[in-house]
This record gives sequence, C-alpha cells and structure tokens, in this order.
Amino acid sequence: MGKLLEVKDLRVSFHTYAGEVKAVRGVSFELNEGETLAIVGESGCGKSITSKSILRLIPSPPGDIKKESQILYKDKDILKMNEKELRMLRGGEISMIFQDPMTSLNPTMKIGKQIAENLIVHRGMNKKEAIKEAVKMLQMVGIPNAQERVNQYPHQFSGGMRQRVMIAIALACNPKILIADEPTTALDVTIQAQIMDLMKELQNNLGTAIILITHDLGVVASIAHRIQVMYAGMVVERGTTDEIFYNPKHPYTWALLKSVPRLETKHKDTLYSIKGTPPDLLKPPVGCPFASRCEYCMEICKEQMPKPTKISDTQEVSCFLLHPNAPKVEPPQGIGGKL
Amino acid sequence: MESLDKSKFRIIGIDESEAETIVRPNLTYWQDAWRRLKQNKVAIFSLFLLILLFLLCIFGPYIGPDYKFQDMSVRNQGPSAAHWFGTDTLGRDLFSRLWIGGRVSLSIGFVGTLIEVIIGCIYGGISGYFGGSVDDVMMRIVEILNSIPYMIVVIILSVILKPGIVSLLLALCITGWTGMARMVRGQVMQLKESEYILAAKALGSDSNRIIFKHLIPNTIGIIIVYTTFDIPSFIFAEAFLSFIGLGIQPPKTSWGALCSYGQQTMDFYPHQLLFPALAICITMLAFNLLGDGLRDALDPKLRQ
Amino acid sequence: MGKYILKRASYMIFTLFIIVTATFFLMNAMPGDPISQQARKMPPEMQQMLRHKYGLDKPIAERWIMYLKQLLHGNFGDSFVTPGFSVNEIIKYKMPASAWIGIQAVIVGLLIGVILGIIAAFRRNTTADYIVMFIAILGVSVPGFVIAFLLQTVLGGKGNIPIAGWKSASETFAQGLRFTILPTIALCFGSIATYARYMRTSVLDVINQDYILTAQAKGISRIAVAVKHVIRNAIIPIVTILGPQIATIITGTIVIERIFSIPGMGNSMIEAINSNDYNVILGLTIFFSLLYIVSLLLVDITYSLVDPRISLTKKKK
Repeated sequence: MGKLLEVKDLRVSFHTYAGEVKAVRGVSFELNEGETLAIVGESGCGKSITSKSILRLIPSPPGDIKKESQILYKDKDILKMNEKELRMLRGGEISMIFQDPMTSLNPTMKIGKQIAENLIVHRGMNKKEAIKEAVKMLQMVGIPNAQERVNQYPHQFSGGMRQRVMIAIALACNPKILIADEPTTALDVTIQAQIMDLMKELQNNLGTAIILITHDLGVVASIAHRIQVMYAGMVVERGTTDEIFYNPKHPYTWALLKSVPRLETKHKDTLYSIKGTPPDLLKPPVGCPFASRCEYCMEICKEQMPKPTKISDTQEVSCFLLHPNAPKVEPPQGIGGKL
Repeated sequence: MESLDKSKFRIIGIDESEAETIVRPNLTYWQDAWRRLKQNKVAIFSLFLLILLFLLCIFGPYIGPDYKFQDMSVRNQGPSAAHWFGTDTLGRDLFSRLWIGGRVSLSIGFVGTLIEVIIGCIYGGISGYFGGSVDDVMMRIVEILNSIPYMIVVIILSVILKPGIVSLLLALCITGWTGMARMVRGQVMQLKESEYILAAKALGSDSNRIIFKHLIPNTIGIIIVYTTFDIPSFIFAEAFLSFIGLGIQPPKTSWGALCSYGQQTMDFYPHQLLFPALAICITMLAFNLLGDGLRDALDPKLRQ
Repeated sequence: MGKYILKRASYMIFTLFIIVTATFFLMNAMPGDPISQQARKMPPEMQQMLRHKYGLDKPIAERWIMYLKQLLHGNFGDSFVTPGFSVNEIIKYKMPASAWIGIQAVIVGLLIGVILGIIAAFRRNTTADYIVMFIAILGVSVPGFVIAFLLQTVLGGKGNIPIAGWKSASETFAQGLRFTILPTIALCFGSIATYARYMRTSVLDVINQDYILTAQAKGISRIAVAVKHVIRNAIIPIVTILGPQIATIITGTIVIERIFSIPGMGNSMIEAINSNDYNVILGLTIFFSLLYIVSLLLVDITYSLVDPRISLTKKKK
C-alpha cells in the first residue's frame, strides 16, 4: 500500500466583513492506496473545506488557501498545478461526491450526458461511446432500466437514485481517490445503508481509495480503515477504526462516541449531547479549542495548544490529559467497542 | 512541554457561562441593515441627492419669479443670472417651473406608490393568507389585469377622464398594484408555512392579528425595496403620459410636460429640454441606486 | 401540450372578452357620442344620418353585441375622423413599420442584455462589471424619449444615419435599415438594462449551486462549465421577464415612433387620441392587447420547452 495523497499543514481562511475566519488551521494527513479514511466532526469543523481544498474547489475570494499548505498527490503539489494538470486530476484521478444529491446534479441536463461529460474529457471517448458507457455505469451503481434512464433528467430520480448517479459520475473514469462529502446525510436511513454498501462494494471491486467526510460516527464504523477526528479546524485525534472505537483518548472523541445512539441504549435514557457550541473561528482561542466544552478541562488547556502525542504507530492525540503531569482520567462508561 | 507548571494540571471542568458567550457583536435586523447601508457610499450619496431634490422642490419656486409669470421681453433666453435655467417661449422662468413640475412629478411618485402599497398589501395579504379558492379567484383577476399592456390601460383612462393629477393617479394605480400584490402574496405564502405562524395560531390569534402583526411586519423589508423601485416607475409613467399630451395640462406643469414642450424647441433652445430631462434622470438614478443599496442591506440572506 | 395550449387559448379569449367589454363601455361612457363631437358643424339631419350609418342610434347593449360580432369577423370597425378608412387598414399599412422596429428591438435588447449580464457576472467586481452595471442603471433611469433625443443629437445625420423618417416605398429592406437604427436602440435601451441586471443576478445565483461544483469536480474545461452548466441554467429565468419586456416595447413604440416620425401604429394611436377618434383608439387598444396576450402565451410555451422540469400537462402515469 503506497502513499497516494499527503496533506501537509493545510490552512484555509475566509475573508468576511468581520475579518478572517480561519476555517482550517494546520491539518496534515496521508491517504494510502485502496484505503478508506474517515474525517469526522460536527458541522463547521472544517472537514468539508479540507476535502474541497484537495480539488481546489474553494471559491476565491473569499476563500484563501495559505501559502505554507501543501497537498501532494503522487508527490506532485496540487496547489501548484496549472489549469490543465488540475483538470486532468479532477474527475480523472480524484473525484468527489457531495452532500445533497437533490442539488448536485444539473437540473437541465440529461443524466446520461452528465456522466458522459467525464468520459469524453478523461477517456477520450466520442459522444456515442460515452453514452453507452454511461448506461454501463448506471447498471453498475444499481439503477434499473439504465437504458431508459440515461435520457431522463435529475428531477425524475429519487434522492437515493440521484446519489447513485453521483457515484456513477465520480467513478466513471476509475479514479484513484473518491472524496465523499457527507454522501448520506441528506438521505433516508434505509437508503443511507444502501449507499454505504454500494460504496464498499465498489471499493472492493475497483480498489479506489475513499476519503469519507461525515459527522456521524455510526456511518463510518463498517467502512473506514482509519478515522481522524476534527474540531475547530484541527485534527484532535486520529487512529485506526479499532483504536478510535476501542481506545479513544481525546475527550471530544469520547463525547462524539457517547452521542451515537446504540442498540443497548435504554428507552428512558436521553441521548448524550455535547454542551455549548464550537468556538468562533473568527477569533480562535489560544488554547485547546475544545477547552470551553470539555468536562476534563484544565487551566493549561486554556493557555496553550496541546501538541500531538503518539499513542501507537497509527494513533495520535492532541490533548493535555496525556501529559505526564496530568491526572489520570478514565474514559466515561458506555463508550468503546463496536457499535 | 515537560517544563509546564504542574499546578495548571487540575481539572476545572466546564465553565457554563463561558460556553455560551458569543464573540460576534449582536445586531438586530435594522441595526445590521443600517450598518450595511451606511457602508454603501453610492446609496448614501443617492439619499442625500434625493433630500436635496425634495428641498429644491419645496423652496426652489420661491427663489425666482413666479412660475406662471409671463414676461414677453425675455422669451426663450438661455441660462443667465436673472433666470438660472433660462426662460421658455412665453418668457416664464424655467428654474421656478422646474421645481413646480418636480412637486407634481414627485407627489405622483409618492402618492401613487402609497396607494399601490396599500392596495397591494391588502390584496396580496388576503390572497396569500387564505389560499385555496379565494387565492385562485383573486390571482386569476390579477392575471387578467396583467395581460393587458399597462400603458394601454393608462392611455384609455387618461383619454376618458379629464386630464389632471387625480385622473393620472387613478390611471396609473388601477393596474399598477398587481406587481405588489403578487409579491406580498408570495411572501405571505412562504411565511404562512413557517412555524412561528403556527405557534401564533396555536395561541389563538385571529386572522387579522396574524396578517397585521406577523405577516406584514415580516415582509416589510422587501416591500420597502420594492417601493424604492416603484416611485421612479411612477415618475417615468407620468413623464411618458405628459409627453404624449395626456398628462398634466398647462398652466400647471410636470417634468414630463416640460420635456414635451422642450422637445418642440429642442433644435433652437436645447436648455428647455435639458434641465427637465436631467431632473428626471437624476431622480430616477438616485432612486434606483438607493433601491439597490436597500435591497443589499435588507436582504436577510446577505447577512454575513 | 396541445391540451395546455387549448386551455390557455380559452383563458386568452376570456381575457380579451373582458378587455373588449371594459374598453367598449368606458369609451361609450364619455359624454356625447363621436358624431356630435366630430361633426359638430354638420346640420342635425346629416348627423342623424351618420349616426344611423354607424349604428350609433341603437341602444348600447345592441351596439356592444354588434361590435363583438364585428370583431369575430376580424373587423375592428371604421375611423370616424377619416371616413372610409378602417382600423383594419390602419393595422395593415402601419403594422409593418411597427413590427420591424419592435421585433428588432426585442431581439437586439435580449441578445445584448444577456451577453452583457454574462460578462458582468463572470467578471464580477472588475471594471467590465462596473461598466455593465453603470449602463444597466442608466438604462432603467433614463426615459426612452431622452435616449431618443440624445441619439438624434449625437448620431443623427452622421454618416448614413438619418435623424428621423422612414424608407420610401421604392427602397429595399436593406436600404431602409438605416432608418431603424436609432429607433431600435432607443426602444431597446431599457430592455438591455433590465436583461443585463437580471442575467447577472441569475448567473451569480447558478454559480453558487452545488451542481457547478460537481461539474468542476469532473475536470471539464472552464468554458464548458460556463456554457453547458452555468449559462444554460441561468438563461431560463430570463424567459419569465420576456413578457413584461415585450409590453414595454409595445408601449415604447408609441413615443419612439412619434419622435422618429415612423409611420407605425403607435403614431396612429397618438393621432387618434389627439383627434378623439374613438373607434380607432378602441380598435388599436384591442389589437395591442391581443398582441401582448399572444406573446405571453408564446413566452410560456418557450419556458416549458427550455426547462425540462416544467411540463405543461401533467404526465400520464
């Protein structure tokens, strides 16, 4: 498993009337061939911005990817690519699907043509071949009557069907990486499971690496190899799926795990919720961003940013609780273990 | 990292008060709108320009000779110290006439818009609020009114009624309110579905109360913007009618009527057309620019 | 589709019926009949004869039914002022000039306006954008007749462009084109502004849609994204303002034709108003309304053709 993508010190800001909103503040991670990396966090933590930055889809202005950031794909910096290289990358090597399938398809273009566009650019097909291939793609993602469906418009498809079409568009050119930005959030629960199963199956067949962005830990358990937890524009904890579920170290990860509904949750128990709101990234706090909501907050947390501590080869946590001077704290009951 | 003070590693937990603090300044809708309007220099400049024009229309006619006074010895003069904007074919002072005409044009703009807002809000509010077959019938009527070219109705009515301000207003308002009614209806329809109206209903508010206390105040922003764009369209229409001879009749005058007379002598005395035409253009421009500014300021979607 | 058009056509006829009735009774509610106003100097017997000839001695309800019957046969009635000249003839002789500059103005206005709007949106917050927005704000602020005077002063008489007038019967279409240049610009200036502003907003709206991100993520070229995804979707809402704009052009011709001395229907309308020629006013009003209603129908049909989301007739399941 070779290294495919390497994000180094990614910093993204948005310039608004009130000042600079630092949405992503120094995120680094790697992605290996064929693996699934889940980026988890609540809304506004910078996970979507991170994923869009990889394809340089951040509108500028107001968005601004800082100069020190690097995103290396096969050792080439995406942030320094020219227009043509970028185009070959987008859709060809790395493709992306978005949160809301109701709005992410062009309403006035036939489904078949929307898939074909990709094939014409990256695989040099002519229109006829591309439409033929589009039918095959639709069949692959499990859309019945594909032959008929290619000539229909998005409004004739249901939400789940549209997300399948999005997956077909994304996978049409056999990309090395698929970025899925909350692909199931806007869908019904039963459809969610179908879409996740489909992605898993396609990954097995095609060997595509997946970056899965989600706020729902429940979604990632069965598909992700590695998980990284983001909070307020930073990675607070990362590890293999087992490590995150069985041996989480960061209080925010604990809180996230506690707020996932589980089978053994009793009826009368109310689901855990994290108090307060994430910090305003217009004026990010000097210390740990989670300090103001953390049950285990210490004085030091408000004064300094904790540095990442290695727990194992794969697990890394940024929290002062792991400092030798810190009191020993047991993770709360009822978390850990597979969902 | 190892040199850190040990005493700082003491769990203090969550400070409840701190978790709820809001970093950004908390502005009300109107404060925020005003703040954004103030930033828009063009809009503020237009506002000042309009105030200046109003003041001139109020006090301007008292500066020079009476607007009806004919002095045959000074016919068709260009701008001079005695007659700032020159004189017309009957030797009347154009500076005075311009502001007298401005009074007529501007009052038609304001009164017409006011009437339109009242009718439009009531009609659109009722139609949108009750929905169903009431809405169907009311909107069918609007549709029919809308499919008659606006100006044609105005022309017909102006032909039939005796020319003058009142008949002009009547003619302009008779179909003009449909746009406002449609817009208010759309807004009301949208708001009606929102939860706070449901809450108000659950608390036993009657229809009148909901329309006037909840729906109208919530559509006011968009109505203000619409109004700002509407005033110039009334002035425009007045100018158009007066220009083809259906508007204000002499010795009264308006900007449109002044343009119409100026046009006849344009080749020899261009100033007779220039000043009223400029007055119309500047007023329209100012209203449109102010309207743009207001729209940007009042649109809640544009709040950042 | 056919069913929809039929339904719309029946609404159209109903609307037209209301317009005809309202204008007819309004016109007749005026004090004195056209004959007593126009033929004051004639001896009473002659007036009576004329009344009889035009059916004005009959009760109003009967005249109304007569007028409706006339209209059904495509007859808009006769002019009272110019005896022997019918409204149909006015339309026949004056329509070509009006239609020429009218259609030209609609097309030129739409083309230039949409292109300017697209440029402004894609180059937003640049000089190009500011220039377009400035033109746009001028377009809605300066009345058509002022534009017309400006054009006459600045361009009229220069080169081959006449200040006013119309081609003579012997001149060809190409030779007559020069007469239409200034009136067309004056007529469509306001439309250009409206289209440009609307198109700019629409494009900016579409640019922020998710499906534009999808298109960009596919790696197709910027131009392909702009043309196939942005402009195609942004241009659809433009169709909705086409109707009101056509109305503006129709009424605009009334003033513009007068300023440029064009022998069109607008000019005839003003003449009729000035000479109180009721039947001509009535006939032309109905004709203008008919024109407008038909173009509204065409606009609606166009809308359903360009936007696949809208099907005029509910799909059979």
